[in-house]
Amino acid sequence: MQQILLGAVSLGLLWSIMTLGVYISYRVLDVADLTVEGSITLGASVCARMIVTGNDPVLALAVAFLAGMAPGLITGLLHTKLRIPALLSGILTMIALYSVNLRVMGMANVSMLRMTTAYTIIGRLLGVEKTVSVIILGGVMALSIVAILYWFFGTEIGSAIRATGNNPYMVRAQGVNTDNTIIIGLMLANGLVSLAGGLIAQSQNYADVQMGTGAIVIGLASLIIGEVLFGKRNFFSRLLSMLFGAITYRVIIALVLRLGMPADDLKLFTAITVALALSLPRFKDLRDTIRVSLNGRRSHA
Amino acid sequence: MLNITGLSKVFNPGTINEKLALDDVSLRLKPGDFVTVIGGNGAGKSTLLNCVAGVHRQEMGSIYLDGQRIDRLSEHKRAKYLGRVFQDPLMGTAADMEIQENLALARRRGSVRTLRWGVTGKEKQYFHEMLSSLGLGLEERMSVKVRLLSGGQRQALTLLMAILNTPKLLLLDEHTAALDPKTARKVLELSERFIADMKLTCMMVTHNMRDAIAYGNRLIMMSQGRIILDVNGTDKQQLTVEQLIHLFSSRSGEEVNNDRMLLG
Repeated sequence: MQQILLGAVSLGLLWSIMTLGVYISYRVLDVADLTVEGSITLGASVCARMIVTGNDPVLALAVAFLAGMAPGLITGLLHTKLRIPALLSGILTMIALYSVNLRVMGMANVSMLRMTTAYTIIGRLLGVEKTVSVIILGGVMALSIVAILYWFFGTEIGSAIRATGNNPYMVRAQGVNTDNTIIIGLMLANGLVSLAGGLIAQSQNYADVQMGTGAIVIGLASLIIGEVLFGKRNFFSRLLSMLFGAITYRVIIALVLRLGMPADDLKLFTAITVALALSLPRFKDLRDTIRVSLNGRRSHA
Repeated sequence: MLNITGLSKVFNPGTINEKLALDDVSLRLKPGDFVTVIGGNGAGKSTLLNCVAGVHRQEMGSIYLDGQRIDRLSEHKRAKYLGRVFQDPLMGTAADMEIQENLALARRRGSVRTLRWGVTGKEKQYFHEMLSSLGLGLEERMSVKVRLLSGGQRQALTLLMAILNTPKLLLLDEHTAALDPKTARKVLELSERFIADMKLTCMMVTHNMRDAIAYGNRLIMMSQGRIILDVNGTDKQQLTVEQLIHLFSSRSGEEVNNDRMLLG
């Protein structure tokens, strides 16, 4: 059981970096960006290809981050310059990335078994086992990214990006090109998602062209769990709550699998969870309406 | 200061909904002019302001501001010279950001945004001073999210944001229409005070004839995309609502059939 929880925490930490990317597009920019399904695989493909061809696995992570910014740029250009709706722009880039990822890997999946990854380097340095090194690297990366994002969104550019998601009219009236802020935000978001893809692929010694399927839903599930369970007092705690959300999601998944749910039903389970969570505000409205009408009846009686 | 020549704007050209919103409008403002713009629904008042602000691109004509042609600049580039307050109190501010963050965004209007900190300590002091000049107590709530402010408070804040960098032209687009009468008066008085103190050039669209007469040194009336009346100086001071109604129907060939325009 402890092993399962430890595994869930380590996986959660890696996916939390992806969740931070989703947070930027979905919450900060207010754009549902499906590009992430492709860019998470892009990061994995880049890392797999680079490791298989004998490159440094840490360098591979940096390249994965930079490579991931490209699909963000393209989705951003499609959406802002060509005025294609954000959802569709993301879908187009995601589909295009499927071919790109196949080209990067040269095949549908790549194994990195017994090859040097970022985790084996840490394992060797600190003399710890795999799961622990995943937790260490994932934890350090996730916390550093939270700190960097907190700084970035406090800067002039970062403030303008936050305001764009809030009220683009106002931002333009204050002299900011909202096309640019949207593009920068999407590039940052997809860079992080791609980096997460690289970290995940290295941790499982395996990259697969299908691994991004449903990633956006996992990201949203983690995001919502994080927000609901860990509050949203200020921006820093919101960012931090993405980490806890992603970990909690993995723990929940590990538990339901342990309780005997077939792994094949996982995506159905996740989708239903997210649908329920997203409809919470509506349920609250209904509850309030019912409460008010009941009270009304009582006072008339 | 502002020089508009032969401005025309058509919405939905070539469709059944085609509408000539501005029909060969020319207007010249002197520095320090405070013009009120009045007219019925669909007269083209807001379209005129939006063409100046760059929300719409005109089909014909030119707009010069302080000697510089601005009608080909994108909206965010023109923003450097313009202060804007909108009819909808939600339009002018970012709701999920703090009062001071909103002011900081406005303070950087016209300058390149960098990776420097978004709100500095020195600015906070300055914002505190500016906010207390509104007399709404907002200076004690600078880190409060704008979402929690009332419509009037948001409009006053938007006004402050608009004048923060001393715009060459202040555009007020029915900025008190969504407020209750008492708050509307307060925001109008604030606007007038800022315009006088900072010697701003201003265009204020309004539905309210009384306000159009009471504020500013010049009044223009629009109908069907054209300027049908332009009153200045002492003529404007002596204007009455009755005269304005009379002028409106005689010049536009329409009756004033809009309560909102009469009473506001």
